[in-house]
Amino acid sequence: MSVNLLKLKIDGVEVSVPEGTMILKAAKDNGIIIPTLCNLEGLAPYGGCRLCLVEISGSPKLFPACITPVGPNMEITTNSDRLKEYRKMVVQMLLAERTHICSVCVANDHCELQAMANQLGVDHVMFERKFTQEPIDSTHDFLVIDRNRCILCTRCIRICDQIEGVHTLDLKLRGKDSEVIMDLDEHWANSCSCTSCRKCAKVCPVGAIYIEGEPIGHTKNKEIAAFIRDRRNRR
Amino acid sequence: MKEFGVDRECKVARTGCIGTCSVGPAVLIEPGDYLYQSVTPEKVRDIVRDHIVLGLPVKDMLYSNREYFKKQHRLVLRNAGKIDPLRIEDYIAMGGYSALEKCLATMTPQGVIYEVRTSGLRGRGGAGFPTGQKWSLVARAQSSPKYIVANLDEGDPGVFANRTLAEADPHAIIEGMLIAAYAIGAQKGYIYIRSEYPLAIQTLQKAIAQAKSMGLLGNSVLETPFAFDLELRFGAGAFVAGEETAILASVEGRRAMPRPRPPYPANSGLWQKPTLIQNVETLANIPLIIQNGGAWFAKTGTPKCTGTKCFSLTGKVNNPGLIEVPMGITLREVVFDIGGGVADGKKFKAVLVGGPSGGCLPETLLESPIDYDSLTKVGAIMGSGGIVVLDEDSCMVDTARFFTEFCVDESCGKCTPCRAGLARVKEIFDKITHGQGEMSDIGTLEKSSVFIRDASLCGLGQTAPNPVITTLRYFKDEYIKHIVEKECEAGKCFKTRDEEEEA
Amino acid sequence: MTESTKVRVATIWLSGCSGCHMSFLDQDERLIDLAKKIELVYSPIIDVKDFPENVNVTLIEGAVANEEQLQMLKKARERTKVLISLGDCAVTGNVTALRNSWHHSDQAVLERAYKEPSDLNAAIPTAVPKLLIHARPLHEVVKVDYYIPGCPPSADLINYVLTELLAGRTPIMEGRSKYG
Repeated sequence: MSVNLLKLKIDGVEVSVPEGTMILKAAKDNGIIIPTLCNLEGLAPYGGCRLCLVEISGSPKLFPACITPVGPNMEITTNSDRLKEYRKMVVQMLLAERTHICSVCVANDHCELQAMANQLGVDHVMFERKFTQEPIDSTHDFLVIDRNRCILCTRCIRICDQIEGVHTLDLKLRGKDSEVIMDLDEHWANSCSCTSCRKCAKVCPVGAIYIEGEPIGHTKNKEIAAFIRDRRNRR
Repeated sequence: MKEFGVDRECKVARTGCIGTCSVGPAVLIEPGDYLYQSVTPEKVRDIVRDHIVLGLPVKDMLYSNREYFKKQHRLVLRNAGKIDPLRIEDYIAMGGYSALEKCLATMTPQGVIYEVRTSGLRGRGGAGFPTGQKWSLVARAQSSPKYIVANLDEGDPGVFANRTLAEADPHAIIEGMLIAAYAIGAQKGYIYIRSEYPLAIQTLQKAIAQAKSMGLLGNSVLETPFAFDLELRFGAGAFVAGEETAILASVEGRRAMPRPRPPYPANSGLWQKPTLIQNVETLANIPLIIQNGGAWFAKTGTPKCTGTKCFSLTGKVNNPGLIEVPMGITLREVVFDIGGGVADGKKFKAVLVGGPSGGCLPETLLESPIDYDSLTKVGAIMGSGGIVVLDEDSCMVDTARFFTEFCVDESCGKCTPCRAGLARVKEIFDKITHGQGEMSDIGTLEKSSVFIRDASLCGLGQTAPNPVITTLRYFKDEYIKHIVEKECEAGKCFKTRDEEEEA
Repeated sequence: MTESTKVRVATIWLSGCSGCHMSFLDQDERLIDLAKKIELVYSPIIDVKDFPENVNVTLIEGAVANEEQLQMLKKARERTKVLISLGDCAVTGNVTALRNSWHHSDQAVLERAYKEPSDLNAAIPTAVPKLLIHARPLHEVVKVDYYIPGCPPSADLINYVLTELLAGRTPIMEGRSKYG
């Protein structure tokens, strides 16, 4: 099968990329890493966190690189001053939204939000931080969800649906009140669809879903979705 | 009428709303176009005796404010208040479905699209995308089947144009959909309507049943090979479900959450098939364009923005109601000529154009013409067509806070700026209106609202900061007064918790 | 460099664990270089009673949690040119702010701390400063010029920021400032 190659420019560098590639991957293949949080290789892109926004010349709008395919002769900017400023805003808003206290968090030093704040130089948050009392569910034998640390990236929901295929997890309510729930808002122990596969904990970018008693560095595995998908495709 | 013995000579018919909200109920007597206002059972006796029996219209009960209709131009609302919405025969008698007949009998789908392109019609849902262009995109899309979705999820508080249209002239929507479906090659359509509109739902259900029984919907429309079926889908009360990709998710039976575009629905909509999504007001224009030609339609309005637009005129105005005006009319004409100026002799302060995510414009901008591009330039939007007039008793800081709060509640929660950002903006407003504001808050508000506008995923987040941005632009001194002097001239802010609960 | 031309530096310890000050001391031999350029005019590790006037740089550890600290912070801000939040408690509230989840009730926090764990003679002390309803990071109360996050911030980071500032440059925090 012949693949149609498109010529375009990313940050001034001319590249050729197969048609249908998302900007995020096209940039990565050419050595340009665009910051992401909700995106995870192997899962359908979501476009929610807005960290990967890029500029495409000719349009006043910003485009999420994870879910926008490349086009012929596009001129893409991934790191303008405005984008840097906006990425810092995203991280600040996430840090301010719920209770994020790194020093006492199970995911300290293994947290993608913490790493992102470091990488982008978010040395303080301009908004008043919220200290929430979202419910914690530790009824499951070993899986725990602390919704106060959740950034609503929905990686857990997507991996549960798209890879494990059981769709135990989903969202209830909307907006700032959104909450990840099991089945029809059951306690985790009572969920009849959960297979206890742990994939949700493996891909949670923060310390919201974790395995009790297991070192978090051991749990986390960002490659798991892409790995399983690849294995399935080979069969 | 029985009492006066005229029940055989005249007929009482029910109609949809004529749009004069402040003086309802209204009664129209034909011939002669006599409109009576604020009618009560007692008054009916006088009207029947004097007007019908004696032929002497009761002058002091007639609708007095002719200005209200003079500057209006009723195309979409051509039948509103004039026909019985529950009788398809009434619609046909007014020339209804003749445009469909013309399409099927004499026009090719390309011909139909050509007419719509010539008309210059733009989407009335708010974004103003050229309708003809959208149709060609869907018509050209390779995959099939194709779908058409009519958007009747009018979620803005204080906006009721689509609802009135559906309740007063449902067949105009259905005929528009049929013509659109013929043009793009769709066989299945959905009207997405919010469940909070029970009367509109009943009316549409009845209209669809009637159209089916008359062979206007089904496997062979008007006995031609063209087949089209229509279904209603009900929203569950979320504002964001009016966003086009959220509608798609909801019609498919999923949670009404928007997704980034591209892919655009024209290529990948319902079940990844090409889908045309159109506001019902846009669709109601279509039969007129086909009957009279695109060139005729383009004569109304401005060259770049043709036709008319329905607005729900509310707030502190003398004649609130549903109006339809030609594009390009100025805000001053709408507020002061049609609306009759500010109620109770108060002073005009601002007008909010475009619903909860519209812009607050001061008196100096009242000469701005109403069209997509001019409104965007001054920071407002066409949006769903809500115009709220604010008088001197309104506090602009409190107004911005109120609409931000609405959008915080209605955010779907998918993207960070809209979910987490708007909530922070609202907290800053709470600080300011409770006397804890600092001057640095103004900078934070400006920075965050521009960020939310630029970085949000869908139209909700992208327009939600408009009231904040425009009030900061045009009424900054009020913010400063709130922060520095802890003073609210309108007396809305700085209330204690008890006072708020009482209010 | 004479005493009078040295940069006048102060450090303050609000509601924190003193770990940030420990980290400051962990600059080890670099402190000797630092001492050539700065004069420490106020600190929990030196014996000065009142916060002096005309301070060039003040590093503050800890969140603002009670009335006394609030006054102290305001005084320091008035008398300092460059104010630096040192460590997560000062920058985010951190552990000190964990109590903020029990909204609007300093009383509930005191009960939990002094009464519930106590077996006999449980009492809330009265001789201590009144708690603020929320423990807050410094920049929510006064203007802060620079931030050094970390729990604690590493001695290297503290040294980097101070060195840059003393050299008249703006420290670049990208890739350096780690919460937690």
